Amino acid sequence: MTAAPLALSQARLPRWAPVLVGVIALALAGLPALLSGWGSVTWLVTAVAVFLVGMPLWSRLVEGRRAAVDRLVTALIWTAFAVACAPLVWLVYVVVRNGAPAINGRFLSISMLNVIGDEQGGIYHALLGTLLVTVAATVVSVPIGILTAIYLVEYGKRSRPARLITFLVDVMTGIPSIVAGLFALALLVLVFGTAFRAGIGGSIALSLLMVPTVVRSSEEMMRLVPDDLREASYALGVPKWRTVTGVVLPTSVAGIVTGVVLAISRVIGETAPLLVVAGATDGVNTNLFDGRMTTLPVFIFSQYATSTPVGYERAWGGALVLIALVMVLNLAARLVGRIFAPAKSH
Amino acid sequence: MAKSIDVSDLDIYYGDFLAVEGVTMTVKSRSVTAFIGPSGCGKSTMLRSLNRMHEVIPGARVEGKVVVDGQSLYDPSVDPVAVRRQIGMVFQRPNPFPTMSVYDNVLAGHRLNATRLRKSEADTIVERSLQGANLWNEVKDRLTKPGMSLSGGQQQRLCIARAIAVEPEVLLMDEPCSALDPISTSAIEDLIHELKSEYTIVIVTHNMQQAARVSDETAFFNLKAAGRPGHLVEFNPTRKMFSTPDEASTEAYISGRFG
Repeated sequence: MTAAPLALSQARLPRWAPVLVGVIALALAGLPALLSGWGSVTWLVTAVAVFLVGMPLWSRLVEGRRAAVDRLVTALIWTAFAVACAPLVWLVYVVVRNGAPAINGRFLSISMLNVIGDEQGGIYHALLGTLLVTVAATVVSVPIGILTAIYLVEYGKRSRPARLITFLVDVMTGIPSIVAGLFALALLVLVFGTAFRAGIGGSIALSLLMVPTVVRSSEEMMRLVPDDLREASYALGVPKWRTVTGVVLPTSVAGIVTGVVLAISRVIGETAPLLVVAGATDGVNTNLFDGRMTTLPVFIFSQYATSTPVGYERAWGGALVLIALVMVLNLAARLVGRIFAPAKSH
Repeated sequence: MAKSIDVSDLDIYYGDFLAVEGVTMTVKSRSVTAFIGPSGCGKSTMLRSLNRMHEVIPGARVEGKVVVDGQSLYDPSVDPVAVRRQIGMVFQRPNPFPTMSVYDNVLAGHRLNATRLRKSEADTIVERSLQGANLWNEVKDRLTKPGMSLSGGQQQRLCIARAIAVEPEVLLMDEPCSALDPISTSAIEDLIHELKSEYTIVIVTHNMQQAARVSDETAFFNLKAAGRPGHLVEFNPTRKMFSTPDEASTEAYISGRFG
């Protein structure tokens, strides 16, 4: 009696099979697209649909059921990825297309002061305003956020005050930005009188929005630090606070920095609270504590509100600069994260 | 250097749960004392209570006395940080600080406490500690490499170097070889033999041969029954423990027969 040979191998489609099916799908969908004059989007969607049917079908016939399901799900996941990326790519494309013509040296270096009609205007005042307001907001919220996270992770643990703070932080996450703006305005008005406007008010509003994000992300990062390291430090006779500053923070700094930058990216584009509390102006104001101050989003909003072609162009230009700013911030965060990241083995 | 530890009537709790009950023993100075016993009998808990690492876990507390050099460690006036400076600890899994180089890991006890050291002093401490841990020859050319870049056995010896760099009186080791291969284990056992001349060493181990090889005295812990607190069954010189123990249960455990 002979045992049946082990069936370990089976028919496989060649490696270039997906490419072939893709090309065929594009061609098949191209036929009706040409005949009835579809747009490129319809053509692509149809091609994807054809691929999603054709690829698993061929695989089913040659490779069997499990491979076919694998092919189908792989294709679905790639489709989902493309769908998720499409808005981002499209957004960047549109902003660059519309904004790039507006950008030149003068645009970046002058303000809108005494600019009438179609004259060359600039965003210098708004750029400066955005930087000042955001930096001030960061300076206020990062220490508060990180210290809160340290309390929650290292000292509060699961105690009643810690649970209360966690709850309040979660509530804060949900504050609408306009409400934060109104709160900052009310605070300024109470202290300095009704006509007072200053960039610092905007910073207060933004820090209200930043603090919960910073707390949450720092907390998560510090929780990831293994207790082994804390115990190793305690066992060397190191007090708790030095363990926090010397072991926990350095080990988690990369993640904390990333969290802070994400928080900045979130608030740098805020418009409503700044419009309410920092107001808008055409001139350069470098004093955070007195006078109206324009930020980029407010600039974009007010230029758009002029409803003139040149206003639209300036708004697109401002939008492009804002996106570039956020992009630079993110790259900087990655760099900082890489520099501080715990050394990997080998 | 090197002090003895007198433990009397020690009860150790996690919250309301009594983990170890009524331990009385004396750990001799400049000798190696091994704690053996089945899992969950409270060996590690007992060890951690000797340098007040036990209370790092929320709700953990002890009753009874641990006396080192005439001072009761659990006296309200005693600072646990000061206790841990004198009684160092090496853990089951090697845990070098991932953000630090080999050099900085050895100096961690000084650096984290912001002790001011001249470069020459720091170099001396690093070399002496690494030599003490039998690691100097292997890492002297890569002191600036991350501590995590060493192999598991080297990492554990790095942790021992880190512990002896602050010159403690006592060294506690919680299953220091359980995550290591036989060669690294043998390196660490040799090291324990050498360290014995300067330090009081307490080691928890699951490996009976290891206890027999490295220790001068052995304490056998056991559970009376599942869910009951662990207790000290027998504490005697290792030679006697492994040849003619006083208790029948000790002999049963050591020879692999239970109950």
